[in-house]
Amino acid sequence: MFVNFDFDVIWRSLPYLFYRGMTFTLLLTALATAGGIVIGTLLALMRLSGTTALTVAAAAYVNLMRSVPFVLMIFWFYFLVPYIGQWVTRSAQPIQVGAFASCLITFTLFEAAFFCEIMRAGIQSISRGQVAAAQALGMTYPTVMGYIVLPQAFRNMVPVLLTQTIILFQDTSLVYVISVTDFLGAASKVAERDGRLVEMYTFAAAVYFIISLVASRAVAHLQRRVAIIR
Amino acid sequence: MNYHWNWDIFWELSPDGVHTYFQTLMLGTAWTLITAACAWIIAFASGSIVGVVRTTPYAIAVRLGDVYVELFRNVPLLVQMFLWYFVFPEVVPHAFGTWLKQLPNGSFYTAVVALGLYMSARVAEQVRAGILSLPRGQRQAALALGLTLPQTYAYVLLPMTYRIIMPPLTSELLNTIKNSAVALTIGLMELTARARAMQEFSFQVFEAFTAATIIYIIINIVVTFAMRLLERRIAAPGYLGFRAPAAGH
Repeated sequence: MFVNFDFDVIWRSLPYLFYRGMTFTLLLTALATAGGIVIGTLLALMRLSGTTALTVAAAAYVNLMRSVPFVLMIFWFYFLVPYIGQWVTRSAQPIQVGAFASCLITFTLFEAAFFCEIMRAGIQSISRGQVAAAQALGMTYPTVMGYIVLPQAFRNMVPVLLTQTIILFQDTSLVYVISVTDFLGAASKVAERDGRLVEMYTFAAAVYFIISLVASRAVAHLQRRVAIIR
Repeated sequence: MNYHWNWDIFWELSPDGVHTYFQTLMLGTAWTLITAACAWIIAFASGSIVGVVRTTPYAIAVRLGDVYVELFRNVPLLVQMFLWYFVFPEVVPHAFGTWLKQLPNGSFYTAVVALGLYMSARVAEQVRAGILSLPRGQRQAALALGLTLPQTYAYVLLPMTYRIIMPPLTSELLNTIKNSAVALTIGLMELTARARAMQEFSFQVFEAFTAATIIYIIINIVVTFAMRLLERRIAAPGYLGFRAPAAGH
């Protein structure tokens, strides 16, 4: 099986794979997670606000994102973002958006729907008595949320949020469909240029496997620690 | 916005010269559903086996089951598709590999296997969690009554497990349908691929994607509704209470 396996092609392309590809993948993962959690938390607050219009709007958004394939959403945003940019900046033409910005907007908005559901569960895990007590002390809604509910909700949900981040990390490989050079894109370019599909895809799979496995083990470890403290 | 809307595009003839764009989208929907259904059979069957194995008292079997789940869960689906499509035919004996590469509808079979095994790891997790959520006494009582281990699973544990995990299994079924879109990367002409092709040939980007989005939403609603009906039908008397919230990803 490994008689014709060419390790050299992997060795040769390591700088390209990691400097170019993995940097893109990790940066996209980190920024989309941060943005997704912020927007997701806002969506969760909307869903729990008790104001019908806000609840319905947030629920509709989340359900829409959860019922279509991510690949389709990547295509949607890829074509839609230039028009949205045109509308926002009031320019005459659809604006040019770089590959990274386009991917970042797509991932942030898509994953926000999933982070919303996690944060909603987190917020609902805080007992009503705490909110009532805070309100009785005269705290306003932003204060109650910012100082009482959200810090605890966030803390309770850290393992789940991190697990979702690992899923997001794996999902970043889907930017392949719009020909962006992430880690898999870089591997695929080398594979096609040198006709070394077996080597490059096996190597890419191994790298994704190791990173995801180590990360999920770390999350499981964290989960045990959090569970003991509570 | 200076985008030129044209909703009549669906009734125009597509470049294949036979079908209208609407018909090509319908063909894509059929491929999506067939791929997802076949993959789900694999996912459900092997996921159930692995899930059960991971709760047996045999340490080696549990370990193997864990390895199986970790392997299929920690590699992105797209990479797994590439492995099955590009790498697998090269590493098997030459004659078999050549036969695989010449198979008509090869991308369909590859997509079914790749998606089925990928989802089976998730099904296995749900089955395992379901079995572990049952009171320990059920297994002990069954074994104490003289049932063998396979009988314990078949008559005592699994009938309750599947009822309990119906809501998360529904989510996994929906995920299987959605994830079938990834197969467009290996050339399967399913719904998203058809919408993309329609966009390329007609330049009506938003009409094509809107149609695909609506079709996915309809599939979602129908499947969710059907699974709810099934859930209600098979609900164990006295256990109507468990309406677990719909699980996420």
